[in-house]
Amino acid sequence: MPELLLDGRPLRVADGTSVAAALALGGDGCARTSVSGQRRAPLCGMGICQECRVSIDGVRRLACQTLCRDGMRVETRP
Amino acid sequence: MSDAVDLLIIGAGPAGMAAALAAAPSGARIALLDDNPLPGGQIWRDGPHAELPPKAREMRARLDACANVRRHAGCKVIALAGPKRLLLEDAERGWLLAYDKLILCTGARELLLPFPGWTLPGVTGAGGLQALIKGGLPVDGERLVIAGSGPLLLASAATAKARGARLGRIAEQASLGAVGRFASALWAWPNKAWQALELFDATYRTGSHVLAALGSERLEGVRLQVGKRVEEIACERLACGFGLVPNTQIGEALGCALSDGAIRVDAWQASSLADHYAAGECTGFGGSELALAEGAIAGHAAVGMLAEARALWPQRQRWQGFADHLNRAFALDPALRRLAQPDTLVCRCEDVPLSAIGGRRGWTEAKLSSRCGMGACQGRVCGSAAQFLFGWQPPAPRPPFSPARISTLAKLADAAESQAPDLSSARTPG
Repeated sequence: MPELLLDGRPLRVADGTSVAAALALGGDGCARTSVSGQRRAPLCGMGICQECRVSIDGVRRLACQTLCRDGMRVETRP
Repeated sequence: MSDAVDLLIIGAGPAGMAAALAAAPSGARIALLDDNPLPGGQIWRDGPHAELPPKAREMRARLDACANVRRHAGCKVIALAGPKRLLLEDAERGWLLAYDKLILCTGARELLLPFPGWTLPGVTGAGGLQALIKGGLPVDGERLVIAGSGPLLLASAATAKARGARLGRIAEQASLGAVGRFASALWAWPNKAWQALELFDATYRTGSHVLAALGSERLEGVRLQVGKRVEEIACERLACGFGLVPNTQIGEALGCALSDGAIRVDAWQASSLADHYAAGECTGFGGSELALAEGAIAGHAAVGMLAEARALWPQRQRWQGFADHLNRAFALDPALRRLAQPDTLVCRCEDVPLSAIGGRRGWTEAKLSSRCGMGACQGRVCGSAAQFLFGWQPPAPRPPFSPARISTLAKLADAAESQAPDLSSARTPG
């Protein structure tokens, strides 16, 4: 059961949970804010659309293709 | 750091797994790449809410037992790095990999079409929702509408219902006649007929499509065209996909010829480019059974096991028949071209509305004047949508094929320094 920090708040999830799922389990489900200021959530679920890009430990990653790990810091707001 | 294999397989879905298993007995050094953390592709996606079919588990176990197949998970192809050499990146590093033979099993993505409100949180692809649920997305107690086209709608509905979603409607755009003809011919593929019966849902309606996703900050409901009537249904989730688009980018960049938007292959699954093969959905939509047959043929052929490859031709032909039948039945209604309104965003990366690109003469002009397709997804979503909406040719793939780190791109300089890369020298370890 990894525990991560989602926008500064601790969140414990089941093993094998994607970061995309964690966004909904511990937050508003959104991954990023678009260039015109809209909040956006994962769309394609399979690494194509890039809507679910988040900052993980300071590196931009796709939430739908990343599994939650213990100690991970996930940021959805710039 | 350079590295080399005899056979590189890109994509570890059913086609890629079958290709690796078919080629492994030759003793060739094989690398199997996938950009997801676990093998299985989309149909056999694993996760805390996934139930893998026995076939998928069996193939994974057999792959684990192959000492000459190394798997690279969470690994993306970033760029070409000279003849038969690719630049790759995973979470830790970027590196160059040289190969002698290549099999593309890059699968397909969903066709996502713009309609008012489709950028609201709560709206996903149809296969997209299924993938997210398998990865642990909670949908328990949520009201759900599924819309679009094809059998994926039923599969996605079944996954969501099993996790406690309350399904309000499945809206299939194809007509009752088309779906009826499809269903009545399924006897020729009995396992598909059973699957359809098992997946069928009482909320399924044909001749229905989404008009708008409703809500301000997030999805609150959906407006549907149901035959001649317009209907609104309150819901927290809308899963909407209009069929599949082959992922041809890497094949195209390598120089493989396309046919009908898919990588063109011959009877051996060989592409137009020597030593480069393709199998599965990137050669045209056909489902997992066809992908397994094609993958195995490609794997055998790539290592010269031609008799074994030929023995699978009848199996491939049988499932190709199913694929042709499917693709005819779920052809898209031209009315779907009119869903997007002038202020509907078409490019979600750069927030470009329809009004900024409508009336342009082609993709390049639209892109230069509006930045449409110039964002992170590189037109994989809006390029396919614009092809359906306006008939524009999708953008030619340009490296980096996925957003990559600077340190990874710097490896291209290493590749350029070793001019005219020689595969035999690249193979020496170290």
